[in-house]
Amino acid sequence: MSRIKTCFDRLKKEGRGALLPYLEAFDPDRETSLALLRQMPEAGADLIEVGVPFSDPSADGPTIQLAARRGLKAGATLKGTLELIQDFRRENDHTPIILMGYYNPIDSYGVERFCKDARSAGVDGLIVVDLPPEESEELAPHARAEGLDMITLTAPTTPDDRLKTILRKASGFVYHVSITGITGTRSATEEQLKAAMTRLRAATDLPVVAGFGISTPEQARTASRISDGAVVASAIIKEMAATYDEHGHATARSIPTALEKIRSLARAVRS
Amino acid sequence: MPVNKPITSQLNSLRTGPDERGHFGIHGGRFVAETLMPLMLELEKAYNHVKTDPQFQEELDYYLRHYVGRPSPLWHARRLSETLGGAQIYLKREELNHTGSHKLNNVMGQILLARRMGKTRIVAETGAGQHGVATATVCALFGLDCEIYMGATDVERQKPNVFRMHLLGAKVHPVTAGAGTLKDAMNEAMRDWVANVENTYFLVGTVAGPHPYPAMVRDFQSVIGTEAREQIQEQTGRLPDAVIAAIGGGSNAMGIFHPFLDDADVPLYGVEAAGLGLDSGKTAASIARGRPGVLHGNRTYLLQDEHGQITEAHSISAGLDYPGIGPEHSWLKDIGRVNYVSATDDQALDAFQTLTRLEGIIPALESAHAVAHAIVMASTMTRDQTIIVNLSGRGDKDVPTVAAHLGVKL
Repeated sequence: MSRIKTCFDRLKKEGRGALLPYLEAFDPDRETSLALLRQMPEAGADLIEVGVPFSDPSADGPTIQLAARRGLKAGATLKGTLELIQDFRRENDHTPIILMGYYNPIDSYGVERFCKDARSAGVDGLIVVDLPPEESEELAPHARAEGLDMITLTAPTTPDDRLKTILRKASGFVYHVSITGITGTRSATEEQLKAAMTRLRAATDLPVVAGFGISTPEQARTASRISDGAVVASAIIKEMAATYDEHGHATARSIPTALEKIRSLARAVRS
Repeated sequence: MPVNKPITSQLNSLRTGPDERGHFGIHGGRFVAETLMPLMLELEKAYNHVKTDPQFQEELDYYLRHYVGRPSPLWHARRLSETLGGAQIYLKREELNHTGSHKLNNVMGQILLARRMGKTRIVAETGAGQHGVATATVCALFGLDCEIYMGATDVERQKPNVFRMHLLGAKVHPVTAGAGTLKDAMNEAMRDWVANVENTYFLVGTVAGPHPYPAMVRDFQSVIGTEAREQIQEQTGRLPDAVIAAIGGGSNAMGIFHPFLDDADVPLYGVEAAGLGLDSGKTAASIARGRPGVLHGNRTYLLQDEHGQITEAHSISAGLDYPGIGPEHSWLKDIGRVNYVSATDDQALDAFQTLTRLEGIIPALESAHAVAHAIVMASTMTRDQTIIVNLSGRGDKDVPTVAAHLGVKL
């Protein structure tokens, strides 16, 4: 059974939703991001999203844009990100890792080789922001062949009939973008999320997690109860970035700050 | 007798693309986030509807004629041609359109579509500011809210256009991400759109982006080539021996090329901005120095590094300063129908001055790249041959840039 399925099955038994913190690879350097990645499960991460820095993150807000820029400056590549995950897997074999990014670096790497390398590095799922179901057949067969889940994104703008069509091919879990907008900006209301979940439950039996605009423990608790999990990205990165020195380098406070944020989110999700 | 080949009834026409999913060969497509995907489908449906709606076409024709000022003349540049001593150069005078460039052709079409779709707020990206000015203009005309995203570097080098947009009532947002040029403005406009999908229409200025934009913008710009094809036959009795246009995203080029695509004997030349030189690392020539990749909603030739990170483009002309190109151009390159060449910053500056001196026409720096290639080509051709150059914009906005490069303090 896949790590993703095992994880959601276990959480279902525990009767709670998942916490999915996000980490931008190589932000602000390889060593720091690897150290943080390794400590995230202990701090309460149920699944981890690892962002692949891209030069033109057009679906992201300022916080992740800056993180991507720092990551690139530190030498991040798709290959380097896979190696980071491979290093993480030496010590952790159970926490699912979802690779999140834009399509061009994957296209440039070569889709078939990428899926093979991602699998052997220990990646479990892929979220490719700018690869909608209409274009995903370039990648999906190779991902399936390697047992990687292609995580389907849904949005408030997705009509019901389209939800049914695109979720038919979904695997792993569904990522609901809970607002119309970019990452780390506005938040969905409880009512909006509830309404979205009603539509989604009618279209799929897969676990559904909510993301975009979830920053506080309260919001994470609410989102993880209404849905099956809460993704938190910008809020963690923002607090961590505030500890960097004037050159944008990590300080002794950086990792503890990020971990404390994750712990506070995890407590809320588990309470 | 004009050589009038049938252009619509050919079985192997090059003018029928893209396919129903927006692909031109391996290029094009709809690589957008799910939030935008339903909007792309809605836009495609709305566009397909108006394309065959005679009332829409009538309305568009009315505005093109009485507001934009079409048709634009085809000018025989006699002094330039005589000086070069080769082919006769004809200029398609798109710079005479209202707002000073070809941009209004497309903007007028899309704004009428946006109104039909009930959108009240318009966002657009702009490089040199020509598309921004054109968009701000129609928003003023129809009383719509207008938000323009423009790279901070471009805001600095195109001050006159920024002020024009302010005067027209638009809000100009300088974008500081990246190098602060067109690519970054495009990212930011997409971010605005995704956050305001309810009431907002994204008015794309070039033949790039997710389907149906490349096809739609091309269709609205094809009026250039349709007119030029008739005008050259009226004036010379035959089709031209070359058609030349500058390429950033490629809308003026696609507009003039498209009606000629099935005229197999008419060579077409797209002129990319070589910047400081193709191998200088400071270039905007995405076909000459790029490879296919995915950015801003489509697959196309892109300037990128070995890891698939998009690299910064460079051109003296803000309108050509883009690391990609429209997907239909990429396809026309792959099948060999269009010759893609380039002109450097210096060649464009020379052409800018030459055309100004010899014809009394100050071209936009973008268009000066096309003129530069015409200057190279004309002298290798005979006096009875003809070249059409798409003079896509006027150069008033570039006067400060040119002065600075010539060491003149204004």
